Amino acid sequence: MLSFLLRRLVVALGVAVAVSALSFALIFLTGDPAIAIAGSGGSAGDAEAIRLAYGFDRPIVVQYADWIGSALTGDFGQSIYFNIPVSEIIGNRIPVTLTLGMLAFLAALAIALPLGVAAAMRPNGFIDRFALVLAVSGQAVPSFWLGLMAIVVFGVWYGLVPISGTETWQGYILPVLVLAYSAIPELMRITRSGMIEVLNTDYIRSAQAKGLPTGRVILVHALRNAVLPLISLSAVQLGILLSGSIVIESVFAVNGLGRLAWESLLRSDLPVVQAIILILSLFYVVLTTAADLLNAWLDPRLRGGAA
Amino acid sequence: MTAPLLDIDDLHVTIPTDRGDLHALRGAGLRLESGKTLCLVGESGCGKSLTAMSLMGLLPRKARQSAGRFALMGTDYAGKAPKAWANLRGRDMAMIFQDPNQSLNPTMTVGVQMTEALRHFEKLSKAQAEDRAIAMLDRVGIADPRSRLGQYPHQFSGGQRQRLMIASALIGRPKLLIADEPTTALDVTIQAQILQVIAELQDELGLGLLLITHDLGVAAAIADDVAVMYAGRVIETGPVAQLFAVPAHPYTQGLMVAIPVPGRTRPGTPLPAISGRVPGLIGGVTGCAFRDRCALAGDGCASDPLPRHAFASGGFVECTRPSLSETRP
Ligand SMILES: Nc1ncnc2c1ncn2[C@@H]1O[C@H](COP(=O)(O)OP(=O)(O)OP(=O)(O)O)[C@@H](O)[C@H]1O
Ligand SMILES: [Mg+2]
Repeated sequence: MLSFLLRRLVVALGVAVAVSALSFALIFLTGDPAIAIAGSGGSAGDAEAIRLAYGFDRPIVVQYADWIGSALTGDFGQSIYFNIPVSEIIGNRIPVTLTLGMLAFLAALAIALPLGVAAAMRPNGFIDRFALVLAVSGQAVPSFWLGLMAIVVFGVWYGLVPISGTETWQGYILPVLVLAYSAIPELMRITRSGMIEVLNTDYIRSAQAKGLPTGRVILVHALRNAVLPLISLSAVQLGILLSGSIVIESVFAVNGLGRLAWESLLRSDLPVVQAIILILSLFYVVLTTAADLLNAWLDPRLRGGAA
Repeated sequence: MTAPLLDIDDLHVTIPTDRGDLHALRGAGLRLESGKTLCLVGESGCGKSLTAMSLMGLLPRKARQSAGRFALMGTDYAGKAPKAWANLRGRDMAMIFQDPNQSLNPTMTVGVQMTEALRHFEKLSKAQAEDRAIAMLDRVGIADPRSRLGQYPHQFSGGQRQRLMIASALIGRPKLLIADEPTTALDVTIQAQILQVIAELQDELGLGLLLITHDLGVAAAIADDVAVMYAGRVIETGPVAQLFAVPAHPYTQGLMVAIPVPGRTRPGTPLPAISGRVPGLIGGVTGCAFRDRCALAGDGCASDPLPRHAFASGGFVECTRPSLSETRP
């Protein structure tokens, strides 16, 4: 187990380095950053001055080392647009995005998991059909439209919740639910198919043959095996919820990372964009690593060797 | 005389399929005395496993079942709620399956899987249940059982896994053990050992054993009685010695010819399989299901129900051929 842990952490570290290099390089792939900063009104001389001031004239490897070195200490440089440290801007946004993403994920899981299990227990039964309708509509209805509808109905017509912002906790209700809705179909589908597969295995039959109560057969014997693929998917889904909530954050005027990334891109505020990309990718690395470790904890065969 | 351990009569199981209802068991019957071994033999697809699953109350949900008599230890459950029968599972009857490699949960320790039923039914503490598990593992020939309780199935060999399955099935001291081809998935060298373990425990615990096999050599070696199944019915049954000495049904005779006999059959000789195919059971069959493949078939074979001839030495055969009653006592 220990060697598995170490191996997995080394891989995660490698991925993190690659990802950070990529997010750093992104800036250069989109064109000359100095010209972008100088803006359309800037002269060639302005760009040259900026190039020197920001150190863009140095070799890329040096710039990367410099950037990542500071980033590790929490220093992502200055925002070009706000002229304050990037870390200050981002520091306010991270908790908002994390709260939104985590709550949406938990809500999605709380619906998808029981529904997927129930659907698998009687394929083509009533619950299964209901779940299918929910999944298809979840994939067909764009979340921005659903978000706007939710605002109109619950915010404007009935006035049950604030229509924008997250100053109060009520402000989170609609964005969390709308975001969760987009994650439910995938999570439910994989729970259902994993469960159906497991329920047909010989070891479930032998658990039943032992006379164990159905609850124990389903919740202990079957679920333990059926959640393995669900955990891997959850890492990806949670990553999407955290980073892909740009639309939802915009619709509900939530001041999270996604919205900041979008606005900073429009403002060519490159240090902010770089920092957000790095942080979101690190979320992914952490999540997938955590999922792998969780799976290894649940499934002894994954640990490799004699445990 | 006390009631037999297991007494099943006129068992029907129908499974709805895309192409119509599959009448998979068509009035099968079985009788097994306590402490005895009944071997259920027959070609692939004749309904042996379905019979076992029906006995365990584990038929597919869509299957429909009815029985004239469905009795364990004198109590007839035919017509009673399926729940009443299902409650016997794990206490009075246990089952082991064909493939031990697939029959253990890969994500749970052997110790938990061995003890969970004990803790559920007998409300034993963890330590008490583990002591029982250790004694049982020792009994089936797993070395150093205490330290192996914390291990997972993938850390055991195929033969050891079947030993685990046997231990786990018998730990609750059932009266009836159903074993569905328990050695087919194992190396030839290990098969005999596993059967040996089962036979020893059977003696110790006074178990009734229903052994499903298509190895007639195994049946000859360990059965007290043999039941031959064909297309969802038991067409011939009787004590092993009589049935093997004088097989009465043409199908049983065909099966006997089809098995290689050590010493008599030269290696490499193709087996004289029974020609023709089992009739499709969708929609149902009337009369003798074997008649299309039978060299001796005549007009009477379409009659329904078929005449049943009982032998004085026990057992019966379902066949219209009159001569056979004279050959076997
Ligand atoms: N779940 C199911 N759905 C539909 N048909 C089934 C199902 N289970 C079994 N059958 C059918 O019932 C018949 C009897 O199957 P069964 O598994 O009892 O055969 P068997 O005698 O055990 O054969 P084998 O020696 O190959 O194990 C077969 O025709 C099979 O196709
Ligand atoms: Mg079978």
